[in-house]
Amino acid sequence: MAGGDAFRGYRRPGGEVGIRNHVAVLPSVACANGVAAAIAEEVPGSVPLLHGHGCGRGGEDLGIHLRTLVNLGHNPNLHGLLVVGLGCEALRAQYLAGEISRSGKAVEYLDIQEVGGSRKAVERGTEVVRRMVEEARKAVREEASLAEVTLGLECGGSDAFSGITANPAVGLVADWLVERGGTVILTETTEMIGTAHILRRRSRDEAVGCEVEARIREAERRTREILGPLAAMAIAPGNMDGGMSSIREKSLGCILKGGNTTINQVVDYGTPPTAKGLVVMDGPGYDVESMTGLAASGCQVIIFTTGRGNPIGFPVVPVIKVASNSLLYRNMEDDMDVNAGRILEGASLSELAEEIEGVLRRVLEGELTKAEINRQQGILCIYTTTPAL
Amino acid sequence: MKANALIINERDNVAVVLEDIPKGGRVLLSDGREMEAREEIPCSHKIALVDMAAGTRVIKYGEVIGLAGRDIPRGSWVHTHNLVGEG
Repeated sequence: MAGGDAFRGYRRPGGEVGIRNHVAVLPSVACANGVAAAIAEEVPGSVPLLHGHGCGRGGEDLGIHLRTLVNLGHNPNLHGLLVVGLGCEALRAQYLAGEISRSGKAVEYLDIQEVGGSRKAVERGTEVVRRMVEEARKAVREEASLAEVTLGLECGGSDAFSGITANPAVGLVADWLVERGGTVILTETTEMIGTAHILRRRSRDEAVGCEVEARIREAERRTREILGPLAAMAIAPGNMDGGMSSIREKSLGCILKGGNTTINQVVDYGTPPTAKGLVVMDGPGYDVESMTGLAASGCQVIIFTTGRGNPIGFPVVPVIKVASNSLLYRNMEDDMDVNAGRILEGASLSELAEEIEGVLRRVLEGELTKAEINRQQGILCIYTTTPAL
Repeated sequence: MKANALIINERDNVAVVLEDIPKGGRVLLSDGREMEAREEIPCSHKIALVDMAAGTRVIKYGEVIGLAGRDIPRGSWVHTHNLVGEG
């Protein structure tokens, strides 16, 4: 690979490096989604971060949602943002904006009830966001290093080949980034069930090992509790098509994408790690909730392996899609960035890893992923433990 | 002939076949070795690389994925019918 460890990114006030320079419109509560969407529509170059939360939940979930939205605001791919509140919600826009502004970025807020309704809120918000976008356009990329990159890993719509093509190739990329001082976040705790003892052994010390093990055991308990008799469909051995003979075998195929380096830290969903290297984020297997957690944990980029073909992206974080088989790649080429199915046709894992590294480097420097080109933004799904009240 | 079975980790005692293999079919492993399938093995399923006595640890991804539930001769299909527990 050419290029050493340097790339060019956007330096933020707190020192972190963004690989995109987005201005976002973040509703503090779902009731403000319409206004937030209208503002973003008025201002080309801004991105709405619509979601279904901000009120009507118990304390634990409000805490998760608050942390996730604040940390998402801290994501270095954001240049600045406007928080749009309603005025009577649990997660207040003023508070969110205050917490996010600790990053030193441009952050403003408005409340729909306070400014006199949605039309006025859109007018006022459009002015603010237009100004932010003009400011953001002045930013230029500066020299940064791969050691400043946090890469999130995700798999969704897996097939029998995910664990033998895409995931092991991505695992080599994870090792490559960790060697260069970067950070890699492996998540989807439910997809680690059966591998607790292995990940524990691979942890930096006893404390991290115990934490990894505890989180996986809890994910298994919760899966059994929620699914009841159906849990067997998800976690019993021998029920997987495609030759998976045990839950551990299936999970090994998933965790392979984290590579083989030592696990240095375990963090909660949507929480930025303080350690570098390989980190486990405790989170759900559900792709869209998982990616929100990764973005809130500070990932500037996500690599997403898929066998069946999932086109989803994330509004402010480029998502690189790696197809596990050539049939999928050809069928959904407009959504796929890399074809790891070439491994089934004779290419080596290291060849594929080099190709993915090349794509990753170009995406860090600004090349758009297929998901970005296709404007795969949608709404944010955030992990929730209980029903709405 | 290109390899039609992949050894994922050098410690593995099973390989993953990359196409449906008929009984007696030739299997060319990704490390260049060649062997014969003792029975039909569906695409993406596992083939035993060595003779495994009952109780042998079955290793894929360099990790134990279970134990041989009975004697598994080299070239056999390895799946839930002859793999037990999680070692």
